[in-house]
Amino acid sequence: MSGGLSEAGAGSGPAFHDAWTRLLRGGHGSAVHPGTLSLLVGRTAELLHRARQDESFDPALAERAGALLVDSHFTDPVVLAQAVELLQEFPVRDDRGPALCGAFAAGWAAALRERTLREQEAIRLAADTARQEIERALRSSEARFRALFESAAIGIGLGDTEGNILAVNRALQEIFGASPQDMQGRRVNDLVHPEDTPGVWEAYEELISGKRDYFQFDKPYYRHDGEVVWTHLTVSLIRDDEGVPQYQVAMLEDITDRYRLQERLRHQATHDPLTGLPNRAAFFERLEGLFEEPEPGARFGLCYVDLDGFKVVNDSLGHDMGDQLLAAVAARLDSALTPLGHMVARLGGDEFVVLLENCRGEQEAVAAAKTVLAALAKPVLIGDHKLAVGASVGVLERRIATTTPGAAVRAADLTLYRAKEAGRGRWTLFDPKENARAVSRYAVSVRMPSALDRGEFFIDYQPMVDLADGSLVAVEALVRWRHPQLGVLGPEEFVGVAEETGLIMPLGRWVLEQACGQAADWVDRFGSRAPKLSVNLAVRQARNAGLVGDIDRILRGTRLDPAMLQLEITESTVVGPEDEALKALHAVVDMGVSLAVDDFGTGWSNLAYLRDLPVSGLKIAGSFVGDLHDPAKDTHLGWRIVSGLVSLAHTLGLTVTAEGVESRADAERLRLMGCDWAQGWHFGRPVRPGEIARRIAEASLPEAGLAHEA
Amino acid sequence: MRQPSWVPAGTDLDKPNAARVYDYYLGGSHNFEADREMARKAMELWPDLPQIMRANRAFLRRAVQHLAEQGYTRFLDIGSGIPTFGPVHEAARAIQPDARVVYVDLDPVAVAHSRLILKDDGLSSVVEGDLRDVPDLLSRPEVAELLAPGEPVVLLLVAVLHFVKDEDEPEKLVRQLRDALPPGSAMVLSHASLEGRPDQAGAHQDLYKRTPTPLTMRPVEQITGLFDGFELLEPGVVFLPEWRPDRPEAVGAHPERMTGVAGVGRLP
Repeated sequence: MSGGLSEAGAGSGPAFHDAWTRLLRGGHGSAVHPGTLSLLVGRTAELLHRARQDESFDPALAERAGALLVDSHFTDPVVLAQAVELLQEFPVRDDRGPALCGAFAAGWAAALRERTLREQEAIRLAADTARQEIERALRSSEARFRALFESAAIGIGLGDTEGNILAVNRALQEIFGASPQDMQGRRVNDLVHPEDTPGVWEAYEELISGKRDYFQFDKPYYRHDGEVVWTHLTVSLIRDDEGVPQYQVAMLEDITDRYRLQERLRHQATHDPLTGLPNRAAFFERLEGLFEEPEPGARFGLCYVDLDGFKVVNDSLGHDMGDQLLAAVAARLDSALTPLGHMVARLGGDEFVVLLENCRGEQEAVAAAKTVLAALAKPVLIGDHKLAVGASVGVLERRIATTTPGAAVRAADLTLYRAKEAGRGRWTLFDPKENARAVSRYAVSVRMPSALDRGEFFIDYQPMVDLADGSLVAVEALVRWRHPQLGVLGPEEFVGVAEETGLIMPLGRWVLEQACGQAADWVDRFGSRAPKLSVNLAVRQARNAGLVGDIDRILRGTRLDPAMLQLEITESTVVGPEDEALKALHAVVDMGVSLAVDDFGTGWSNLAYLRDLPVSGLKIAGSFVGDLHDPAKDTHLGWRIVSGLVSLAHTLGLTVTAEGVESRADAERLRLMGCDWAQGWHFGRPVRPGEIARRIAEASLPEAGLAHEA
Repeated sequence: MRQPSWVPAGTDLDKPNAARVYDYYLGGSHNFEADREMARKAMELWPDLPQIMRANRAFLRRAVQHLAEQGYTRFLDIGSGIPTFGPVHEAARAIQPDARVVYVDLDPVAVAHSRLILKDDGLSSVVEGDLRDVPDLLSRPEVAELLAPGEPVVLLLVAVLHFVKDEDEPEKLVRQLRDALPPGSAMVLSHASLEGRPDQAGAHQDLYKRTPTPLTMRPVEQITGLFDGFELLEPGVVFLPEWRPDRPEAVGAHPERMTGVAGVGRLP
């Protein structure tokens, strides 16, 4: 490869040629194809040979050789140095040596300069081209995005993290009914609306400070013309490469029509079309809401209103007139009571109800009833008719914890009837005794005998817990009556009648049998974790000769361990040392069943008998604990009474159960006082047996037990 | 869909760029001050660098020449950079005058430059693409056409895979490319290795961290593994000057100083 035609053709000295070949093979030459390289070696060696040996010295030949090297990419200055050295080493024809070297170097340098400039131009051009290419791509991409932004059907707005609105698209301008000029200089914070969902602005602050990347709300805005537009709003945060918040993008969809429709449907569902007042469903929803998470001691009031003589108007002047009268009455009630913060609803027909939330006491409820009567005192003018309407009002004011929504409304209704009976145009206050009497009179006594056969009774169980560790220790069986007309009745509403009629005997037996069966079932399922069972024993039951036999039979039948059963008697069950009930109670206790005195402290109480009664426990009446929250009563004294009852019971060696415990604070205080067990809403309302089973199962998980305690 | 980025890599002429730094090592002037500054710094630490680049260029030329002599006429050069001296189409056409070459590079300036050079070349084309997205690369019409079944293709991955980070899974990328090659195709690969000059590797990789394409030198064993599925041509994976030298003495006394290794594999 190193020989070749070129050498022979050139006729140059072999020594120079060999040295020249070696020189060009090094460095850059190593990367060149050997064939290409020998061609170059041949060409340049020949040029140099002629420059050295030709008769007349032609510097252009040497320049040409230098340039050829650069053209073949021999651009390393080392090559030039080595070439000049080589040219100096070999003899030349005359004194042209320095000029020859000079010409070769000049040729190399000139070519390199040309090449450098050319390459710089080329790379500069390439860089410009690349940039233009990218700018064009960016421009078209920006144009596409701009078109997308502008023509999107959804409203889009771009803002900085200071809250300045930087750009809005056409759809957003349409939503706001604003021109681009109107939007100029506006700030996100200007877009507050009084109906903004709570939390929307907190979410916004979190977003622009980078704590969240996204939020979504339904939000109203004022349009430019002052109208309200409802939107579904989504706001996202845009960060830079370092994660620093840069922009916010809001996307808004106009949902005004959908929102209005929903509102209308909701209004229709909850309002009476004739009077515009909340309807029965809305009233019950609100009332039941009060019962969901009541504050301990929270009270409420109801005024059940019925127009006097409405039927006469309706019958004599026609339905249309009747309707107009109802609308006028509704308007008066609404304007008289709603400003006081009370809810006025129409239950149906000519019946209205006023609901007092957070009622401060009977006086306030009575005041509301007087307001109702005053509002309807003046005659109503309809057409040519001047109609005098009166009304009767049943007023009920209770602690929420003492009743249920259904029982309260029923009681208010019955109280209203008492007002009607008492001569109309007046209000009557709820009276538990009157109420019980009314219930029995109207509906209970007649139906009760057959109710047991029809299976209308059922039993709920209320948890009783050990205050020391919060564990479920017992349940109290509470009989309920699912009355076909009155709904579910509690024992306080029908047990009195049952005692009077004697029905308490079969009912009491049924309750014992059912409850013992249920308790035995829990023992089967949960063993030692099953709660004890506590069943109320009516006075009449205790005095019945068959009691001992009944209990024995039931315990055998259900195979419930007698130690699992506790009977609750009242103070009035035993009235003296000779009382025959005493004998029966002793017999029951001998069987292994325990006895507790229920509602202790409320009845006639001869403490001396406590010694003779074979009881092992006392239940402090719920009213003692309840009174601790009655602002009208001395709280300090109340606690001292409870504390006294606890130490009395302990002195007698009895277990104390506090009833009506509604708050954690009360539970804690009772625990510190040494009270053993407690029951009340704080620990659980009366529930279906399945719910009790669920609690037992849950308590066996250690963390669940702790959670409950906490 | 591909989106142009707001500040595309390579058009920021204040930052050094591997393709232009390489050109400077080879004695070219297709470079800017930032490139030269980095190259000078690198050469100060490691004076052999220009020679290493020349050895790499020489390997490319020898491999293309060898394969062209075997009859290959289609070439896919990924990471072609600024192919001023001895580009693939020139080396190949010395033997196969109809050789077709598709050049692929990530750097928009290198691509623009290649297009200027090749604008009158009907048999070559230039694609701006990213080796790290093989499916996208394969979907380009020029590439797809070149790889169309029928004729075997020479895939060139010369001094490019060391610009692919481990997390971009170079093995996977080569596998994806391999699976797209027609039977009988060949792969030409060179790669900076850790074995040649372990003393230089750290500082040199640090310098490239400033470029859009940081450098990852790898052990020879891992580089050899890239030929998985190929039959290695003699002499296997060797230091750059050792691969089929033009003359035995061209290997030099210390081929390991050239620090890169190279090999050519052929698909069955």
